[in-house]
Amino acid sequence: MTEELLEVRLRVNGVAHDLRVPARRLLSDALRHDLGLTGTHVGCEHGVCGACTVLADGRPVRACLMFAVSAVGLELTTVEGLADVDGTLSNVQQAFAECHGLQCGFCTPGFLTTITAGLRDNPQPTHDEARDMIAGNLCRCTGYQNIVKAVERAAELGAGETS
Amino acid sequence: MTTKLMGTGVQRVEDQRFLRGLGRYADDVAVDPSTLHAAVLRSPHAHARIVDIDVADVLDVEGVHAVWTYDDLTGPMAEPLPLLIPHPMLTHGRTQYALAKDEVNYVGEAIAFVVADDRYVAEDAVGKIKVSYELLPPVVGIDAARAADRLVHDDVPGNVGARMEQNTGDVQAAMAAAPHRLTLDLTVERSACMPMEGRGTVARWDPDIDRLQVWSSTQTSTGVRAVVAVKLGLDLRQVDVITPDVGGGFGVKINHPWPEELLVPLAARTLGRTVKFTEDRREHFISTAHERGQVQYIEVGFDDDGRLLALDVKFWHDHGAYTPYGLIVPIITSTQLLGPYKPEVYRVVFESLYTNTVMVTPYRGAGRPQGCFAMERTMDAIAAELGKDRTEVRAVNFIQPDEFPFEQGLVFQDGRELTYDSGDYPASLEKIKALIGWDEFPAFRAEMAAEGRQVGIGLACYVEGTGVGPYEGAHVHVETSGKVKVATGLTTQGQGHATVFAQLVADELGCRFEDVEVVTGDTRRMPYAVGTFASRAAVMSGSAIHLAAKRAKEKALKIAAEALEASPDDLQIVDGVVSVKGSPGSSIDLGTVAVLSNPLRYAFDEASKAATQFTVGDPGKPPVAEDEEPGLEGTDFYSPERSTFASGMHAVIVETDPLTAEIRILKYAVVHDCGKLINPMIVEGQIHGGVAQGVGGALYERMVYDESGQLLNASFMDFLMPYVTEVPDGIDIDHLETPSPLNPLGIKGAGEAGVIPSAAVFASAIEDAESIPITAMPISPSELFHLRLTHAEETP
Repeated sequence: MTEELLEVRLRVNGVAHDLRVPARRLLSDALRHDLGLTGTHVGCEHGVCGACTVLADGRPVRACLMFAVSAVGLELTTVEGLADVDGTLSNVQQAFAECHGLQCGFCTPGFLTTITAGLRDNPQPTHDEARDMIAGNLCRCTGYQNIVKAVERAAELGAGETS
Repeated sequence: MTTKLMGTGVQRVEDQRFLRGLGRYADDVAVDPSTLHAAVLRSPHAHARIVDIDVADVLDVEGVHAVWTYDDLTGPMAEPLPLLIPHPMLTHGRTQYALAKDEVNYVGEAIAFVVADDRYVAEDAVGKIKVSYELLPPVVGIDAARAADRLVHDDVPGNVGARMEQNTGDVQAAMAAAPHRLTLDLTVERSACMPMEGRGTVARWDPDIDRLQVWSSTQTSTGVRAVVAVKLGLDLRQVDVITPDVGGGFGVKINHPWPEELLVPLAARTLGRTVKFTEDRREHFISTAHERGQVQYIEVGFDDDGRLLALDVKFWHDHGAYTPYGLIVPIITSTQLLGPYKPEVYRVVFESLYTNTVMVTPYRGAGRPQGCFAMERTMDAIAAELGKDRTEVRAVNFIQPDEFPFEQGLVFQDGRELTYDSGDYPASLEKIKALIGWDEFPAFRAEMAAEGRQVGIGLACYVEGTGVGPYEGAHVHVETSGKVKVATGLTTQGQGHATVFAQLVADELGCRFEDVEVVTGDTRRMPYAVGTFASRAAVMSGSAIHLAAKRAKEKALKIAAEALEASPDDLQIVDGVVSVKGSPGSSIDLGTVAVLSNPLRYAFDEASKAATQFTVGDPGKPPVAEDEEPGLEGTDFYSPERSTFASGMHAVIVETDPLTAEIRILKYAVVHDCGKLINPMIVEGQIHGGVAQGVGGALYERMVYDESGQLLNASFMDFLMPYVTEVPDGIDIDHLETPSPLNPLGIKGAGEAGVIPSAAVFASAIEDAESIPITAMPISPSELFHLRLTHAEETP
């Protein structure tokens, strides 16, 4: 039996893509395998680790817990869409580089998207709020120490921009 | 003059691609609709005979290209997987088949392999395979393995894979003569590496050149290459293994070949298509490897100062269903248990036991956390018995700085004498006491008690053999552009090798850091290598790269000396330019030296005209001198006599809630000595990560098997890895830099250190807070709660 394919238009990082996918295709798989946006990583496929976090209309969602067909009409942002078009790293990305906020880099895209949304909601988090902001993502390399520093550094960089 | 980069926290070069989502992990390779995807049928039973496998329903499924069971395998593929590290004491080593033959011995063992258009279709097909089993009674846990009422393998009596003993003298006589004696019964649970990226393998067969390319998320590309060639009947030259970016390893990816690491290449060759296997998280839990599980019995004899006169250790190590990685983990436990101490007499006996569970191979620390737990629990027990401060008892047992090299009188995991090269344990102890506030703690405790709060302090010391052999190599190539391309064969899983190795090359060669590009784990670039494990990359490849850069430099100076008509001794290389010291006008850049190093017949651009035979060299001599080779390159290998021994101490202050038994970390301190630091930022990052895994192992993580051998918590929902909310808010780190005399840079390994003393240090602190003996790890709040109840009953 051939699977029924559905026409889907996904808007990712400001670009529209037309796809034909089965209803069961996960958004994470559609992004990675159909669109070649392999920056979004899959660490558990049950919504716990947060590596696959992307922004949907600016809000963090687990791409492994969502079907591609459910993402129609949403403005999606993946890690590939965080830097400026000229290649300049975003404040959050820059802060990660400066603070050694990543090691193997596998969980990093999920942290970057999560923190990007978090700092948009709360541009000047307290230390505890900075920790809370990343409390839903797993990292096995860094012990989170430098990720917390990166959140605080990104807030600093952001404050520098607006002043 | 450029400043030395060794010792500076240079920002990582690899971060740029990771931060942009441009890393390339195994599952990111061959993203193409024509790539086929594999899925594996795994045993749902811990112990069963396979009566029949019916694949009839699968063959007709649209999009399915192959369905294989054991019966489809031939030649070397039909033989058991290799026993990677044989040992004379491993009298009953057993390994599994790529696909189960007749019997399965753990839930998760591979039975059938399906290749289809995509993973969804492949999983559908796996669901249609019908297997009938005859169930056999499973052996789960160390107690059941020791009881041996049931056997995992019929031909392994007592479930004992190996029994090994080492001693340094007559322990019974020393014990009998000791003024004080104590015994301890200890338990450490199973845990696992759990890298965020699971296993992945991609293979492509190129029929035009009869060559196989394999990408694998492995810690040893040369190991995978060798076994793929043997199993597929190919010449080594026909197989390339490329390790792409790897999303963490922590040990589990050193084991090889996984069944899929052979089946994917075989499928690619058979089907003539690119084939990919990417495991899911459940597969990672049930079909890779775990570690840690041990039961220990310790008898110790000591004098009035707490000096160890006799240490007699027995332990039972659960190695799961198979032993591909030999006895490495229990041997390390049995030898590294001694830490920084020097008992008068030591005897250790272990049994490595089969159970019907996932096999056990090294996880960061590789047996050391268990050994450290045994030794440090013993130290605390001695202190309690004598009413002494825990640091004093440790101090009287330390090997002193003037006693190195110190021979422990044992044989280490590499078959060499266990000889510590250098260290300064008394200095570390002073540092850790200052860092945690050991002497001020009684006042803090009193202050907390006044608020109705209960706190405890703990300390644990370890020594870690790092940089284990046999060797690593490096190739440094200065291109005519002046760019420096470096290759070393071991692999990278996030340690920042591209940065630290570039630091070493820039320092030694005198080129610009930005001009260095480092490649690891690609057999096309460096076919001779061992792999990344045992905190060995910086020591082994770092040393090899340093030596190879030195060779390239010597050659550059020789060629430049001729061009500049100067003596090599008068030359320097700074920022990629060779110049005569004190006369900067007389200079030549490394790119031009590279041009001159390779006499040409055919020019290919402006620069290369300078190297054609009518423009370069003495017409009276051969263009390439007899003892030279063309090209500005250096290759060298580093193969040390033995391991180098890093060391450190951790201390923690915890608060235990009197009502809920919740355990909170108030302060965590680390003193760490890995010799000379290449990049302190990266070393501290390694410590941070190790501590977090240690917290997980001490307080949260365990593999929960039921009596039928089902792993009950095979997901991130149920296997509790620390989030940021579980790790210390800040880790105080102080370094000691006792150089290793064994390598040119004086470095020691740093990768595993952070995790080694965690279980021990938390046990020490919780015991101190609660005044209840802590003998088993991990300890959850509910376990502590029950421990309180039991203890209250036992001590009315």
